[in-house]
Amino acid sequence: MKIRLTFGALALAAAIPVLASGVFAADAPKVPSGPHPITQDIPAEPMGREVTDDIKKVRNYADQPPLIPHAIRDYQIDLNINKCLTCHDRKNTEGSQAPMISVTHFQDRDGQTLGTVSPRRYFCIQCHVPQTDAKPIVGNSFVDIDKVLGNGALGGGKEGAK
Amino acid sequence: MISCALNLAARVWRVFARPSVHFSLGFLTLGGFLAGVLFWGGFNTALEATNKEAFCISCHEMKNNPYEELKQTIHFTNRSGVRATCPDCHVPHEWTDKIARKMQASKEVWGKIFGTIDTREKFLDKRLELANHEWSRLKANNSLECRNCHSAESMDITRQNPRAAKMHETYLFTGERTCIDCHKGIAHRLPDMNGVQPGWTGTVSAK
Ligand code: HEC
Ligand code: HEC
Ligand code: HEC
Ligand code: HEC
Repeated sequence: MKIRLTFGALALAAAIPVLASGVFAADAPKVPSGPHPITQDIPAEPMGREVTDDIKKVRNYADQPPLIPHAIRDYQIDLNINKCLTCHDRKNTEGSQAPMISVTHFQDRDGQTLGTVSPRRYFCIQCHVPQTDAKPIVGNSFVDIDKVLGNGALGGGKEGAK
Repeated sequence: MISCALNLAARVWRVFARPSVHFSLGFLTLGGFLAGVLFWGGFNTALEATNKEAFCISCHEMKNNPYEELKQTIHFTNRSGVRATCPDCHVPHEWTDKIARKMQASKEVWGKIFGTIDTREKFLDKRLELANHEWSRLKANNSLECRNCHSAESMDITRQNPRAAKMHETYLFTGERTCIDCHKGIAHRLPDMNGVQPGWTGTVSAK
């Protein structure tokens, strides 16, 4: 009897993670292609369209790497050429009228300022990314610093996602 | 012996020179015309055959390098499903230009025989040189092949992204620059571009 009870308790304990994960699964983002039996074919959702209107997006905090507001399809970034720098490099901005890469990009990791873009900054899309019109699948409680300080009037008053 | 041959020749000539009794003038004219069409057509077909992409990529040099790279780009796959093939960009469509280009292409047969680019490494080493030939050709003909599909006249810049519209307005429509000055590497990976300036640089203030 006692032994059977212990077994029961053990079984229940073993079941807890399963039950708990079941609860979490109910909370998990609703992605059609999310968890599903491997035997079942789930059609993928259509891909988001790229946002390429050349309108600069507000930065959520001062040192956020700015988002790329234009198409970058097939842009080559390797030893041979960095397509981004053909517009954003110091020497090319007059002709392209594109913003120059930030001065921080000339510093190596020891804070030494170099003559050209630092190797650790060469691969632009490690930090800068384009956007699509896909809707976020997970909520986000980020609050803009201006909102925290209560001085949204100074600008940068983008509402944090609710 | 010689006189015999001469005799025969004279006889043949007489037959040839005599006005036709068996065939009407109309038939002969038409026949001549048809023969001409057949000959010209055959010539044309031979030329067309070498114009096909399948011909280009029958050489592994062309298949493993430019073709494999082209497949990733917008000129191979895009939302409108129109694609460019090798000869669209590489063989001028004008007749005289076309033949001139074919003569130049014998260099490729030479290259094939001597294996100038028969490995990926050799190809990459030679790429800058080959690309340079293409750039100067397109520069010299004002990007004729690009314009066969994209015409500056039909470009509605209000429908383009502001970035593209501004560039085209400033440099293209003014005739200051041509497509290839700004759109290098549109169909293949680029070689080492050190020292090759983008089309919009060096136009404003000379340095
Ligand atoms: C016989 C095999 C072969 C075929 C077929 C072939 N190519 Fe090539 N191609 C080569 C080789 C080899 C080279 C390198 C020649 C050299 O070393 O200068 C080359 C070079 C080129 C170049 C660079 C030209 C330059 O001026 O330097 C272009 C462009 C090119 N090919 C396009 C084409 C196109 C378009 C076709 C189809 C119409 C084609 N090729 C068919 C073998 C071939
Ligand atoms: C949309 C136009 C376009 C198409 C389609 C195209 N090319 Fe090119 N090709 C170019 C341009 C422009 C260059 C000059 C180099 C550059 O800017 O990338 C070039 C360069 C080359 C070169 C010189 C080496 C190099 O990579 O620069 C070869 C060889 C070549 N092309 C072969 C081909 C073959 C084979 C095909 C078909 C599979 C093809 N090309 C399709 C535009 C095109
Ligand atoms: C056979 C016709 C054809 C030829 C030749 C051609 N193109 Fe294109 N090009 C297209 C098509 C089709 C598209 C894709 C249009 C779309 O669906 O957005 C395109 C797209 C482009 C784009 C837009 C790229 C992007 O990412 O949005 C550029 C730039 C371009 N071509 C430049 C060139 C240049 C430069 C040449 C000459 C070397 C050339 N094209 C030759 C048909 C052609
Ligand atoms: C002064 C440089 C310059 C010249 C000359 C130029 N372009 Fe462009 N073009 C650009 C830039 C910059 C863009 C936008 C960035 C990109 O697509 O890489 C662009 C974009 C495009 C696009 C895509 C348009 C869009 O809305 O996304 C096409 C197609 C195109 N160019 C075709 C051509 C053709 C064809 C020619 C020659 C008749 C030409 N361009 C000449 C600089 C130029």
